[in-house]
Amino acid sequence: MANALISVPARARRGEIIEIKTLVSHPMETGYRRTQLGARIPRDIIRLFVCTYNGTEIFRAELHPAIAANPFIVFPTVATESGTLTFQWTGDNGFSATESAAITVE
Amino acid sequence: MRPVAAAVWAIVVAASVFADEIPPAERRSGYDFMSRETRAMQDDEIANPGMLWVLEGASLWQRKIGTAARACADCHGDARASMAAVAARYPAFDAERGRPINLEQRINACRVARQGAPALSWESRELLALTAHVARQSRGLPIGVTVDARTQPFLDAGRATFRRRQGQLNLACSQCHDDHWGRQLAGNVIPQAHPTGYPIYRLEWQSLGSLQRRLRGCLVGIRAEPYDYGAPELVDLELYLMWRARGMTFEAPAVRP
Repeated sequence: MANALISVPARARRGEIIEIKTLVSHPMETGYRRTQLGARIPRDIIRLFVCTYNGTEIFRAELHPAIAANPFIVFPTVATESGTLTFQWTGDNGFSATESAAITVE
Repeated sequence: MRPVAAAVWAIVVAASVFADEIPPAERRSGYDFMSRETRAMQDDEIANPGMLWVLEGASLWQRKIGTAARACADCHGDARASMAAVAARYPAFDAERGRPINLEQRINACRVARQGAPALSWESRELLALTAHVARQSRGLPIGVTVDARTQPFLDAGRATFRRRQGQLNLACSQCHDDHWGRQLAGNVIPQAHPTGYPIYRLEWQSLGSLQRRLRGCLVGIRAEPYDYGAPELVDLELYLMWRARGMTFEAPAVRP
């Protein structure tokens, strides 16, 4: 189960700076917490977030245990050409989620 | 003279019972006590993590399950139309049980009776997702539970629970939320306890949670034995709190610190 919410403007002028917002569903278990019985809860976090724009990587973030559950990542980019933005999150226990959004540049 | 004295006494008691309820014009949602950043998080549907549960609930709404192989959508259609304003009037009276039930209980009753599926456990991701999806359809609408002869006794029971001192700290809900709202409890502002946005995404929980989870947390805070999930006392308390918040704007899924 991987839920993600993406906000990319559907249209933009060439050269315009656009804001991209992403929210992904993930517990981001730090690995430092223990259960009431003292057993360590294993780490389960997203390690890497990558955004590509028509196949070219434009943004990358490494995530660490101090990041809250359901990471919300916002970044700007320049609208250069019409096409597709692809978002990929990968992490512990084989976690992988992919989303994409289309943009029209005039 | 005696009946007159009794009548005067009754008026004095009635006045003292209702005098300390927050006047409608002074009621404020927990939203008004939050920081600018947390408000922005709630208002932006991409930043609000509660929307992840709403999204998941929307897909569960379409899934055929149970011995009846029926989806919520098969009977109720598009939730955006059929579930508008529904969450804002829960808990509502259920003729079968002869008492009010909350939204989670309604969803589970529907699953068992109409879909032939097992009831979902309290605070499970699926139940929260379905509740959030239904509650989302009331966002921006006024809260309004139905109070009539059937629900009045349960509303009164809820009010009594709200005003009953309990736990090792010997505190009633009303002592904080009616008498001292707006003041500090440790580092936090005491809100008025209006359930305007449940299920809520609470930053402390790092997750979505129900009103009953919140109420149980408060009971533990006053060192009282919390009622079990689904206990009549909690549902009556929910009913009273929703009545107390009547007319206020429903904000689910809300974000709270």
